[in-house]
Amino acid sequence: MSFPWAKHYEPKQPLMRWLDEKLPLPRLVYNAVGAGYPVPRNLNYFWNFGVLAGAALGIQIITGIVLAMHYAANAGVAFGSVESIMRDVNAGWFLRYAHANGASMFLLVVYIHISRGLYYGSYKAPREMVWLLGVVIFLLMMATAFMGYVLPWGQMSFWGAQVITGFFSAIPLVGETIRVWLLGGYAPDNAALNRFFSLHYLLPFVTAGVIILHIWALHIPGSNNPTGVDVKGEQDTVPFHPYYTAKDAVGLGVFFLVFALLLFFSPNLLGHPDNYIEANPLSTPAHIVPEWYFLPFYAILKSFTADFILPAKLWGVLAMFGSILLLFFLPWLDSSPVRSANFRPKYRTFLIVLLVDVLVLGYVGGAEANARNVMLGQLATAYYFAHFLIILPWVSRSERPRPLPGSITEAVLTKHGGTSPAKTALASN
Amino acid sequence: MVRAISTLIGFAFVGVLAIALFFTAKDAIQNPAPETAEHEFHLHPKDARLQSAGYFGTFDRQQVQRGFQVYKEVCAACHSLKYVSFRDLEEIGYSEAEVKAIATQWVIEQPSVNPETGEAATRKNVPSDRFPSPFANEVAARAANNNALPPDLSLMTKARHDGSNYVYSLVGPDAYRPQPAELLKKFPDAKTPNGLHYNPYFANLNIAMPPPLTADGQVTYADGTKATREQMARDVSAFLTWTAEPKLEKRHAAGFASVIFIAIFCFLAWGAYQNVWRDVKH
Repeated sequence: MSFPWAKHYEPKQPLMRWLDEKLPLPRLVYNAVGAGYPVPRNLNYFWNFGVLAGAALGIQIITGIVLAMHYAANAGVAFGSVESIMRDVNAGWFLRYAHANGASMFLLVVYIHISRGLYYGSYKAPREMVWLLGVVIFLLMMATAFMGYVLPWGQMSFWGAQVITGFFSAIPLVGETIRVWLLGGYAPDNAALNRFFSLHYLLPFVTAGVIILHIWALHIPGSNNPTGVDVKGEQDTVPFHPYYTAKDAVGLGVFFLVFALLLFFSPNLLGHPDNYIEANPLSTPAHIVPEWYFLPFYAILKSFTADFILPAKLWGVLAMFGSILLLFFLPWLDSSPVRSANFRPKYRTFLIVLLVDVLVLGYVGGAEANARNVMLGQLATAYYFAHFLIILPWVSRSERPRPLPGSITEAVLTKHGGTSPAKTALASN
Repeated sequence: MVRAISTLIGFAFVGVLAIALFFTAKDAIQNPAPETAEHEFHLHPKDARLQSAGYFGTFDRQQVQRGFQVYKEVCAACHSLKYVSFRDLEEIGYSEAEVKAIATQWVIEQPSVNPETGEAATRKNVPSDRFPSPFANEVAARAANNNALPPDLSLMTKARHDGSNYVYSLVGPDAYRPQPAELLKKFPDAKTPNGLHYNPYFANLNIAMPPPLTADGQVTYADGTKATREQMARDVSAFLTWTAEPKLEKRHAAGFASVIFIAIFCFLAWGAYQNVWRDVKH
């Protein structure tokens, strides 16, 4: 589906016409990311991050496939095989650093992409399915990233695997049995490493499949925009190509610039030194910490320190998984018909607090577990859940949104005319 | 319905966290965390000022070679270097013939089998060999070192926070020192156990390794540099920075080319963007 004014694919060349009759693949591309997809004209740079995430996945798949040609998934030699990639494989250091930092870049752009969705209400009707598929992609990414971090078989790989798989033992009665079954042993070892490698290779392709669904679902209602107002007519949109392909190219350039600085000049900045020590089941590191992108969730896990009906550990595990699963219910927790936080003053304030709150959780997740940090984490975790489960349902009913602009075009023109959209909207009411 | 359930779940989590917070606070007040000697007396590494540090970092080959000499004459008695091959030494400026000589003359020989009897034997090293371990296995290493295991040094400068500076500080002239009187006064239980050595740059302050660099001139440098303890510590740090990250120079060079290329791409993309959008207000 698309807007009625969307351009139609009309192949002129005989070969392209022939291809279009047999297999309309160019038509599919044309309608998906070409001139056949009308997009609101007022998108800001936050709308680059979907494309950036796609590029990051592409980089991960390409570097990952080549790395897999040199890597050996065996607990006895995995660490050494990574070192041989770093030292003896042609451009191996580049591939490995690109893959390791590529994961960080991927998660970084996805976090910004999610924050964009939260701020501009992209999860709301009619785009609920886009959001739900997005959460599925996020879960797949987290599983993939976790298993990938285990593969170099360093100390953090091993002990991270030990901690994460330990979550399953929090399940009452059958937990320990499930954990042993998942690991293929009592502790992470060869069996676990091999299945992690297998799944680490599989899941990115599953992710790519869900991304296709994500984009498909997006193309039914079309893209949201910073005002959150629906597209009313042709003047509100521009064709994706060349307008947004050109804008995405700028974003991609900046993305690659940041990526290159990280990869070439501080490739180990986001890693942990302990992962350059080979896994040793007999020596526990002083501080076991996950990669930076899991720190907020790790902080949530660690915040539940008191038994209350359920054991503290089970509360922690429930909360950690719950903190992501609740995103599936977000479109129904927030019942406000207004999408963009620009017109929802109260929601906007609470959302900014939430984003800061997640950064605080990230800090706590990586910091020493002293009383001050634990308490800070407990407060931040409480706000995280309160925001989504208590504040949001209440705010969405009680707040009075600011008046919306009549249309995207009106918002764009008044911005250039020097009056705020709010004033124009007030005047026209 | 969704909202009623969600509010309920929300209050459940917040309630449990409130209880947890209460007990954490109570515990913090009743049993404040004891101060530890490590916390108070541990020192951050000093800056080794290596040429490899920073965005423009390269290896000072003379220095890395001197560091190799320190490794060979001091560290190699106990520490392996198992991810580095003799042939890699060509990267720090040794010629093929020199590398061959270094390999052949290396004191520890490469484990092998007697080609006639099939019994365990050793043979001379060749350039394609990795550096042989000074001990046959972990048990032998521990037996010879008061039950401590000398770690492999190949990745040492990447396996510790601020690794190059850490190695420099840990073996530098001011590292090994008598335990400070204030420490013993404040933490009488923290006396360095027999067989360990007080070293404030080591994470738990007490290291099993005896002072490795004990006197100026311990190593006689081939290039005539005066081998002060300071100089040897700095040089061995430079060498271990190279063993941990041998592709550092290539990486920096590729980085500059990439950043310039991408910056030009950004500039062109920005121009294309301005051009495409020139008639559309947005």
